[in-house]
Amino acid sequence: MIIHFFHQMGSPRYFYNMAGKLIPWFMVSFLISLLIGLYYGLFVAPTDYQQGESYRIMYIHVPAAWMSMFIYVVMAVSGLISLVWRIKITEILVISSATVGASFTFLALVTGSLWGKPMWGAWWVWDARLTAELLLLFLYLGIIALHSAIEDKRVAARAVSILALVGVVNIPIIHYSVEWWNTLHQSASVMKFDKPSIDISMLIPLLTMAISFKLYYGAVVLMQARAEIVDRERNSRWVQEMVEQEAK
Amino acid sequence: MSDFFAMGGYAIYVWPSFILTLIILVANIVAPIVHKRRALTDIARKIRRARKQQK
Repeated sequence: MIIHFFHQMGSPRYFYNMAGKLIPWFMVSFLISLLIGLYYGLFVAPTDYQQGESYRIMYIHVPAAWMSMFIYVVMAVSGLISLVWRIKITEILVISSATVGASFTFLALVTGSLWGKPMWGAWWVWDARLTAELLLLFLYLGIIALHSAIEDKRVAARAVSILALVGVVNIPIIHYSVEWWNTLHQSASVMKFDKPSIDISMLIPLLTMAISFKLYYGAVVLMQARAEIVDRERNSRWVQEMVEQEAK
Repeated sequence: MSDFFAMGGYAIYVWPSFILTLIILVANIVAPIVHKRRALTDIARKIRRARKQQK
């Protein structure tokens, strides 16, 4: 049963159809959770006693930063599976995650900068956390560039998977940077073994936004994967038949 | 309401963050739609060309 399932999921055609059915569900639940998160984050959550209203940037900054790392890990795991078993779908997932991952990394950096200016008095400091996150952006951009530089997409997928795997060492560095080094960046207030040191009224919108961004990634990565499948399987009969069906 | 938009004096930091997020989220939805459409029209053109050559 399970082997049968994985075998089916490995088939681009099956994955294409399955993703097509899943995308609307991801999109709708993303939009609902986004509206709830924004409403609670902007209207309901109280003002921070130290940072005033500027802290509301947290509701996008922190989920975006979590996503930047989460997507990278998904990419590296897909890369590992691609290298070991040569599965087309995981190869496609690696490259389909790269743009959206780079986007979240970029967002985390820019919103962090916009938060840093009023709170620290500087747009940018060469702090361990910030530098490691910048390196993550370069890793994503490197992966995108490497993929587009290699004509043969199966070869490109292998090269990109290796780069993604090597770069994964940066993820624990980002996470623990605030503990290992003396940083200007504040330490974790949610992702720790202790009880979160953030009030429940601020934690709820934050987690809602985090869930919302995860659902968004789910929708976007499947959309990217579908586009990539059509592109790669252009010579297969089912894609040609699909195109002809639409032309009628 | 104007209090809300003023964000306690931090409006120039808070709103650009939210607006930029929105733009980037929308762009990532549009990009795969364009990518797929371009691939499909490209495939359709190749099929038509192949048909013409057969005739």
